[in-house]
Amino acid sequence: MLEVKDLKVNYGVIQALKGISFEVNEGEVIALIGANGAGKTTTLQTISGMLTPTTGSVMLNGVDITRIPGHKIVSMGLAHVPEGRRVFPGLTVLENLKMGAYTRSNKKEIADSYEMVYESFPRLKERQNQLAGTLSGGEQQMLAMGRALMSKPSIVLMDEPSMGLSPIYVDEIFKIIQSISDAGTTVLLVEQNAKKALAIADRAYVLETGNIVLSGDAKDLMNDDSIKKAYLGE
Amino acid sequence: MAMHQISLADDGYGDGVHRNIIFEREFLVMGFLTYLINGLSLGSVYALIALGYTMVYGIAKMLNFAHGDVIMIGAYLVFICTSNAGMPAIVSIVIAIGCCTALGMIIEKIAYAPLRKATNLAVLITAIGVSYFLQNVALLVFGSNPVSFTSIIPWKGLTFAGGQLKITGNAIIAISVCLVIMIVLMWFVKNTKPGQAMRAVSEDRDAAVLMGINVNATISLTFAIGSGLAAIAGALLCSSYPSLTPYTGSMPGIKAFTAAVFGGIGSIPGALLGGLLLGIIEILAKAYISSELADAIVFAVLIIVLLVKPSGILGKQIKEKV
Ligand SMILES: Nc1ncnc2c1ncn2[C@@H]1O[C@H](COP(=O)(O)OP(=O)(O)OP(=O)(O)O)[C@@H](O)[C@H]1O
Ligand SMILES: [Mg+2]
Repeated sequence: MLEVKDLKVNYGVIQALKGISFEVNEGEVIALIGANGAGKTTTLQTISGMLTPTTGSVMLNGVDITRIPGHKIVSMGLAHVPEGRRVFPGLTVLENLKMGAYTRSNKKEIADSYEMVYESFPRLKERQNQLAGTLSGGEQQMLAMGRALMSKPSIVLMDEPSMGLSPIYVDEIFKIIQSISDAGTTVLLVEQNAKKALAIADRAYVLETGNIVLSGDAKDLMNDDSIKKAYLGE
Repeated sequence: MAMHQISLADDGYGDGVHRNIIFEREFLVMGFLTYLINGLSLGSVYALIALGYTMVYGIAKMLNFAHGDVIMIGAYLVFICTSNAGMPAIVSIVIAIGCCTALGMIIEKIAYAPLRKATNLAVLITAIGVSYFLQNVALLVFGSNPVSFTSIIPWKGLTFAGGQLKITGNAIIAISVCLVIMIVLMWFVKNTKPGQAMRAVSEDRDAAVLMGINVNATISLTFAIGSGLAAIAGALLCSSYPSLTPYTGSMPGIKAFTAAVFGGIGSIPGALLGGLLLGIIEILAKAYISSELADAIVFAVLIIVLLVKPSGILGKQIKEKV
């Protein structure tokens, strides 16, 4: 479904990605883990067209999207929940969700999506007329996820959805990611909370200063000694 | 931007009337009402110009100081079409709107779009450069001598109270046009897809891209709308103040920018409120205090408002949680 090949990305002279390749198959939950500054966000931003790589390619459902501008990629079935949520603070919860459906026009289908999002996030429904900037961090994260789902994506990229949340919220967020996957949406999940990410992922890739250093079955990685030491704190 | 523009005070409103001390109450009331209406009329023009500043600031996050000069170009276009080519006023206006819309989009594409990731200061300097460029082109083409703009509104207006209260056609048209445009624009931003895109881009440009919004097209549209409105503002302004030179746009441009800040930059109703208040304060200060000090008073009021409410009267102050 998503195929990344030999991706190199530079910020000026700094090379943030040094030629990474990986793939995400339909229906999978793939975890991309790594320390601060490893290049996780850069990877997701390059896939969704926010950044242009120096070399390499990104294929989505067999279409080369490497140089397609970001705003055109959404309607091809890819949604991105960015790092730091990035909800529209001055718009209400409802208006934020409406923005998520910007590329769609079928009113009936959009109404179904609202229903689906409100079902997954009942709290958003309660707060639909509240300004997004006044939501708590966890609620903003739910809004960012709900907003991404409003585009009816076939694959969702999520950048550290559990960042800065209290343990209860973290559990809830991971439950929701699981249910998004159960509903048939493919997930590429970037996380620093490697333990939780590996627990729900099918496969995982480990990124270290711009290179993929390890990959494999999530269950195997969980038992890998180097992973245990570096990312699971055991 | 320029130092030697024709001041609005020169061909002013009811100048000196306040010096005739007449103790007739009715006359004073009528005088006040006349000033108020003239203030609203001037304020409507400021509001139309302020819209261009406020929308561009809100969406492209830049101060387009060349905006005032687009007004001047618009006024010259109307002047050429009516006085030189003998076209009807409405046709001239439509042509001017079309040309200024295109001009705004071209300026954005050539001068500002390449600087999308540059520092604010670089963009500001570029905008000042564009402002001078437009003035110089106008100097080259039209010369520095003022031309006498014929009002596009032939209607003499309405008279009340046995001739004591006169509302000019210019004032009525300016105020109505401004209100209609405001209402249409607010509806547009709230209820259409491009309007929705504008709100998203103004809130968070990167997140807007992730929603599938074309940021470049949205910014371009914003310039188009602002510049089209500038043409209308230019025609209305010169219908009331008929002396047109290449510097005509500067002072109203600066005042409209002030109005936008006054009302809360980035806010459309703020531009309306700021523009109207600025016009009224200016005309009343001219009439009752001093025409020389009027501009100083206007800015003093602005400073006081900003001290009390730094984001302007209708500006948003949202605390973002991170
Ligand atoms: N805009 C930028 N300009 C210059 N360098 C950047 C920029 N953004 C990221 N980098 C650098 O690129 C590298 C990868 O950054 P990236 O944000 O992708 O890391 P990350 O894995 O997402 O980290 P974190 O877990 O802290 O979010 C880092 O060394 C970072 O300093
Ligand atoms: Mg990151």
